[in-house]
Amino acid sequence: MLSNAESAMLAEKAKEIRKLSLRMFKEIGKGHVGGAMSIADLLSVLYFKELNINPADPKWADRDRVVLSKGHAGPALYAALALRGYFPEEMCLTLNQPGTMLPSHCDMKRTPGIDMTAGSLAQGFSASIGLALAGKLDAKDYYIYSIIGDGESQEGQIWEAAMLAGNRKLSNLIAFCDNNKMQIDGTTNDVNSIEPIADKWAAFKWNVINCDGHDVNAISEAIAAAKACKDKPSMIILDTVKGKGLPFAEGLVSSHSMNVGADELEAGLAALN
Amino acid sequence: MEFQKDARELRKVYCESLIEAAKKDDRICIVEADLMGANGTKGFAAAFPERTFDVGIAESNMICVAAGLAASGKLPFANSFTPFATRRCFDQVAISVCYTGLNVRICGTDPGISAQLNGGTHMSLEDMAIMRTLPGLTIYEPVDETQLVAAFPQILAHEGPMYIRLFRSNCENVFGNVENYEFKLGKADVLKDGADVAIFCSGLMVTRSLQAAEALAAKGISAAVINVHTLKPLDEECVLKYAEKCGAVVTAENHSVVGALGSAVAEVLAEKCPAVLRRIGVKDIFGEVGKLGYLEKRFGMTSDDIAAAAEDAIAAKK
Repeated sequence: MLSNAESAMLAEKAKEIRKLSLRMFKEIGKGHVGGAMSIADLLSVLYFKELNINPADPKWADRDRVVLSKGHAGPALYAALALRGYFPEEMCLTLNQPGTMLPSHCDMKRTPGIDMTAGSLAQGFSASIGLALAGKLDAKDYYIYSIIGDGESQEGQIWEAAMLAGNRKLSNLIAFCDNNKMQIDGTTNDVNSIEPIADKWAAFKWNVINCDGHDVNAISEAIAAAKACKDKPSMIILDTVKGKGLPFAEGLVSSHSMNVGADELEAGLAALN
Repeated sequence: MEFQKDARELRKVYCESLIEAAKKDDRICIVEADLMGANGTKGFAAAFPERTFDVGIAESNMICVAAGLAASGKLPFANSFTPFATRRCFDQVAISVCYTGLNVRICGTDPGISAQLNGGTHMSLEDMAIMRTLPGLTIYEPVDETQLVAAFPQILAHEGPMYIRLFRSNCENVFGNVENYEFKLGKADVLKDGADVAIFCSGLMVTRSLQAAEALAAKGISAAVINVHTLKPLDEECVLKYAEKCGAVVTAENHSVVGALGSAVAEVLAEKCPAVLRRIGVKDIFGEVGKLGYLEKRFGMTSDDIAAAAEDAIAAKK
């Protein structure tokens, strides 16, 4: 259980992640707003409570690893990394500018704190299995946190990786499905439904936990439950809203990639404040 | 010209070299997709079961799992048949292995027409072509046991991703006869000097090229035979030196003539030293089922075909 103070702090950090992400999008004029906003609360819990990391030593061998397999939400992760001290907040405003260290999709060669390159969907999740296998082989006690999207779950490779992780009982792997129920061409149910999600993961021998993806208390408890499971990888299915927190984006399919100008910045900051 | 067969199958050489290296280097592991028997890596699995990751029939996952292991400091060797280790999972190789620059070794077995009775579906005639487009990927195709043994320390020491194209069975031995052979990744091996035509060859086609050179010599034609074991980075200096010297060039590869050795040499010649070029390999058609003897005739890849191409190139010289 989080204390009231912790809970309030994490909710505040989630707001900061959203605000900084929004400023980043405004600076370049557009971006993957919807899927960044839907994971802001998760990133807050990870970076300001759960992760055993050292921003001064991003490649510390015993650190927890984070793989954002839905790599297009990179800007939200960059905001979290900056707020956690991996690099200055001003650097965030270089998002997608020429020569930037912060490209749309996560790149481990460019950005301090990025543990795996991702963006070609399902590959990051699959690489997470390799990270988890290496952790087990080396008898390390760090965790691999891997974040996929509901739309991304249409990729066959997700299930290749899921099958292996389940059979290998990779309990050091805690995955999240950002179930914001939308993808580029429409709602996930209309395009190619992945329901029943929980049953699928359970059938692949995972410990499945359903959770409100915008409630930092619920996310924190879900992670505790995942850590308590010692013989399976865990999949935490986050019930989320695409574009969460921004009135011009929330619940809209078009928020996947949208223009962000001065009006959107103002409206967004006003709503978040 | 006759060649002795290697004492060991090349896949056995590969596996035994891996086992020896793994005894001293605990980073080394293998990632498999249900072809350990064919790839000859069961010995490694028996020696190091905890460092063997068979993901089942899922090559995309195999490549990305290998990338994850490499990102954790391991030195994974991911093994499958050439078509499944390249074209089946090309995006995974491109992004998770090459874009990241991770230390992954991908080994494709049964290259080109050596897939024989598995037929056209398993006959990779384009793997080198597609892999060559990936920045930072080193591409190596051993010729025989002697060369692979000589190359192994460099395969291990290399920083960055590598694709190894491995003939499975006993090769005809070439490098056992080379005195004081020193292998250098990225440096072509001149097996026979010559002045009238230069034959750049790889893998299976090296012995056939040497036989062609012998036949040409009987006609008074001096042919150089150069093994380009490292397709990428290409030894451009060597290509240019012999193109200038001979003015006529033949490439011979167990692959489509589109995109790999023939194309790589053509690019260098076109930009830096125009010379007459003839390419031996599969002529932009798909493979088919058959034994090696049939397939090399079917696709115009015999020593006679190489010799004829050499004479044709010489005749076309200005």
